[in-house]
Amino acid sequence: MATPQWSKFFPDFYIERLWDKCIKCRRCVSECSYEAHIWDSKKKTLLEDHSKCVGCHRCEAFCPTKALIIKRHPSDFREHALWTPWFIKNIYKQADQGGVLLTSTGCALPYKNYFDHLVLDACQVTNPPIDPLREPMELRTYIGPKPESLEIEEVNGKFRLKKKLPPLIRVEAPILFAAMSYGAISLHVHQGLARAARDLGILYNTGEGGLHASLYEYGPNTIVQCASGRFGLHVDYLNAGVAIEIKIGQGAKPGIGGHLPGEKVTEEISKTRMIPVGSDALSPAPHHDIYSIEDLRGLIFALKEATEYKKLVFVKIAAVHNVAAIASGIVRAGADAVVIDGLKGGTGAAPTMFRDNIGIPIELAISAVDKRLRAEGIRHRTSIIASGGIRCSADVVKAIALGADAVYIGTAALIAVGCTMCQRCFTGKCPWGIATNNPELMKRLPPEVAYEKIYNLVKGWTHEIKEMLGAMGINSIESLKGNRDKLRAVGLTKEEMEILEVKHAGE
Amino acid sequence: MWRLTSNYKEISGCGITGIISRKGELITGEMIIKAICCQYERGNGLGAGFAGYGIYPEFKDYYALHVMAQSRDALEKVEEYLPKRTFVSYQEFIPIRRVRTIKNPPIFKRYFVKPNLECELVDVCNIVSEEDFMVQLVMEINEKIEGVYVISSGKNMGTFKGVGFPDEIAEFFRVDEYKAYIWTAHNRFPTNTPGWWGGAHPFTLLDWSIVHNGEISSYGTNKRYLELFGYKCTLLTDTEVVAYLLDLLIRKHGLPLELACKAMAPPFWVEIDEMPEEERELYTALRILYGGAVLNGPFAILFAYNGGLVGLNDRVKLRPLVCAQKGDLFFMASEEAALRLICPDPERVWAPKAGEPVIVEMEEGTIPNQKSYLKPRPKEEREDALRIGSLPLSLLTGK
Repeated sequence: MATPQWSKFFPDFYIERLWDKCIKCRRCVSECSYEAHIWDSKKKTLLEDHSKCVGCHRCEAFCPTKALIIKRHPSDFREHALWTPWFIKNIYKQADQGGVLLTSTGCALPYKNYFDHLVLDACQVTNPPIDPLREPMELRTYIGPKPESLEIEEVNGKFRLKKKLPPLIRVEAPILFAAMSYGAISLHVHQGLARAARDLGILYNTGEGGLHASLYEYGPNTIVQCASGRFGLHVDYLNAGVAIEIKIGQGAKPGIGGHLPGEKVTEEISKTRMIPVGSDALSPAPHHDIYSIEDLRGLIFALKEATEYKKLVFVKIAAVHNVAAIASGIVRAGADAVVIDGLKGGTGAAPTMFRDNIGIPIELAISAVDKRLRAEGIRHRTSIIASGGIRCSADVVKAIALGADAVYIGTAALIAVGCTMCQRCFTGKCPWGIATNNPELMKRLPPEVAYEKIYNLVKGWTHEIKEMLGAMGINSIESLKGNRDKLRAVGLTKEEMEILEVKHAGE
Repeated sequence: MWRLTSNYKEISGCGITGIISRKGELITGEMIIKAICCQYERGNGLGAGFAGYGIYPEFKDYYALHVMAQSRDALEKVEEYLPKRTFVSYQEFIPIRRVRTIKNPPIFKRYFVKPNLECELVDVCNIVSEEDFMVQLVMEINEKIEGVYVISSGKNMGTFKGVGFPDEIAEFFRVDEYKAYIWTAHNRFPTNTPGWWGGAHPFTLLDWSIVHNGEISSYGTNKRYLELFGYKCTLLTDTEVVAYLLDLLIRKHGLPLELACKAMAPPFWVEIDEMPEEERELYTALRILYGGAVLNGPFAILFAYNGGLVGLNDRVKLRPLVCAQKGDLFFMASEEAALRLICPDPERVWAPKAGEPVIVEMEEGTIPNQKSYLKPRPKEEREDALRIGSLPLSLLTGK
């Protein structure tokens, strides 16, 4: 007798089929990549395997007669405040398989979300709000190290720079696309991100999966990543973008490297990553050439040498307890920008324990890093890019008011192309065609659609940011940077407000 | 007791006026009084003030300390302190008139001093220049001696300010009896009421004086930017930020005055993108480096020094500023009516464009101790920045 599989007994979701509407067209069967819908050819009817449903809502969305409803499975365990179904079912899974619990996206636990405890300011009477429909409103941002002062000379009655500025990256909005590797997401999404970045005047990030040959033309809007696995890394790749990001850590899984399950490594991925088809691409936890801060300096300058000092080098870390001191070391090691990925940062595949339990919230990290770099007088030598859990344009505004120069968005961009947050990216079966390399599934999201949706999202956000700046009476994003006057806390403790350097509402 | 810092930000609207004679001819106080009083509706009786340059020709090489004291006792402490640090050449009570509406004014006295560079303060604070010494001295007085406040400390100039309408303050300080080659004046409309005499404008730092109409929405950013260079903005007034920025950009970073103004009220990117290459590079760099120095929000500012008067508006001109010229006389004010009143037949009247500084410097060699900030200054020639920020209390305003 086979060992019973506890986890199959208690499905998370319930597929409700409204038989009065169903026309048995079998669209649900073809849409569901997890095979939760089954066509019984003998009885000529449709069956459901609720245990296979991941709650992605693909069948529901595409059912021509709207005959499907996906809901949480109504079957309950006896209530217990401590032993909730989440823990019970996780234990079943591990008892069945003996493995590490895997998941995707960012932290799912309801830690305090500081963005939701900060409110913004607006002008009334004593200073006028500015109307972005009628007045210029500037979001242009420069990323990279800046000198402390300028040397000016006068030639023929005109002032000019004595010494030109070092190379900096110009972006037309302080919103960049976070590192999501080709492999973790489909080529179509990458193409969409790249095109959107070009048309928006911003940057996208290749992630650690190398750069597909068709994307080299988007170089001026590309950040290439150098992670511990060194997948797809060669000199043309390093020279392809405007910046190279050394990925030390990721908010979703601080302390471990990237994971690309072998299921997702297809022919094209294998070429780009330079690994065999079907092999798991598991990046080592550390870079094996970085065991100390001086080694990081070595890598930063090795990359700069390799690219003749034409590219900026970013260093990305997960926000962990000592993030401020670490960031300071990174700046002193020569990084042109520090990327901080907070607790809520997403991923295509991470151990559940890591995703939900390791790291600190990005809001606190931004404030702590900014404060430390300022105290040490090295803030101008770098840019801070904040990442992890940015859900809307107000979050962007708050992150910048807390001291970030720009933000990365990852999950938000994926939701824009149709992601329903089912958190099963690691299976490679994404029914929405986003986190998959299965050619049939990929077709579900053509690059043009991905481009349009992503472009629209950022366009909408930039417009909202302009409106919010105008309401605050400022017409340029640099006047928001670190401007704590524009933030007030609602329901935070004294300590939290001290760390965030904000006053309470009413003060 | 006078407050050292306020725990809320002061917000105010205001009327401002400035006059300068490029040839250094003396202008009577009556003229500036007329102009500022004409803008009566721009104030609410909670602050007014005047600054005059060239009012003490007989003591032109001495730092004129205008001291405001709460009581005789407090004043005595200053008088004990001053001779230890300085050579006091002359001292007197600032002549005043009784004004019916001004009740219980502080005591005002002026001292004409030269720094005693031999004293212990010099060693302790490692001071090199006379000006550094004076800044340090004024801060010591403001910080350590209770009930006393130095409201101005420049050479051959002085500030007269207090709580009241401009006509009352002018009457009180007998401003009509002074003659100056530069005047600035202020009429204040605060929306909250600190209501103390030191809080009125002009604010001064050595011979720099500032009058300001506006609210700076970027205050939080500017404050943090200045902190990077050791300035501590403790007073939560916008004007303090402006003063420190001028000090940083001009004295410490050696920017010519015009570019310092452009750093504070920069052109828009769309304008910069259209500039010829060299200019575009310059302005791009200026914006990239001095993003934290941009004064965003509505303002019109006048600032003066021994040798010049500058008017500056925010980059979208959300507060009024009008200028006029007649011969060597230049006038700047919130309202044209004020200019027309004191200069009925100007050769030119214009409203400066948003963010376009109006810089009027006197002809070279016109006045003693004349200063000019039109040229960029290379690193070698720069004075060390004043170490104002490193001390908890600024010279500019109050307790």
